[in-house]
Amino acid sequence: MMKNEMSLQFSALSQNESFARVTVAAFIAQLDPTMDELTEIKTVISEAVTNSIIHGYENASEGKVFISVRLEDGVVELVIRDEGIGIRDIEEARQPLYTSKPELERSGMGFTIMENFMDEVEVRSEAGFGTEIRLKKHLSKSKALCN
Amino acid sequence: MSLNIGMEIRNDVLCIRLSGELDHHAADSLREQATEMLESSGVRHIVLNLENLTFMDSSGLGVILGRYKHVKQLHGEMIVCAISPPIKRLFDMSGLFKIIRLEPTEEYALERLGVA
Repeated sequence: MMKNEMSLQFSALSQNESFARVTVAAFIAQLDPTMDELTEIKTVISEAVTNSIIHGYENASEGKVFISVRLEDGVVELVIRDEGIGIRDIEEARQPLYTSKPELERSGMGFTIMENFMDEVEVRSEAGFGTEIRLKKHLSKSKALCN
Repeated sequence: MSLNIGMEIRNDVLCIRLSGELDHHAADSLREQATEMLESSGVRHIVLNLENLTFMDSSGLGVILGRYKHVKQLHGEMIVCAISPPIKRLFDMSGLFKIIRLEPTEEYALERLGVA
């Protein structure tokens, strides 16, 4: 089966959030996903990149965000990584409606959305070194082909 | 793709019409413009029309919840209208519909708030 990969690296600036999700969606389009699947993937990229910018780099706009996408056998694997401050308590961060920055009107729904829209969500983080989010999704068309 | 924000005052209602994409980057200008308009006009209700919004993420939920809190302080109401199915999923997931009312169109929303 086909294997295909790409990676992106960009400044942790909020104007790059739409660049990131549109670019990833364009790459995934070759698997002919449904509109819903494409929207879900754009949304989770937006969530993870926003987390890196606001929380990882605390809006300092000096760091870089790294995204890699791997397509294999109808499975999309996304890795979003930053070299920011890291997450102190991952369990707490993943709770619905939890936010460490309520003063910024954050909804606390980022991880909940990632968990709802993707099949697998893995978070690795180390204080002072950064955070890596690994997300996996099986596209429906490829599932149908396997069955 | 950026966010376009249209605003209009109808009686004591601020109608906000969004088109484009509402993410963290766009949320800041929406918050600033809506806050300024509420404060300068003295109106206390918001109707938020999402008919032409093509993308939204959790930053959108945050800024909408923030405006809800603002009108509540003014003893006003907020109604969201013309929401698309993908954006409605985010509202459902967050439980925001338990506190924010939804109407199918802007006309219905305005009628609810007593604007003919």
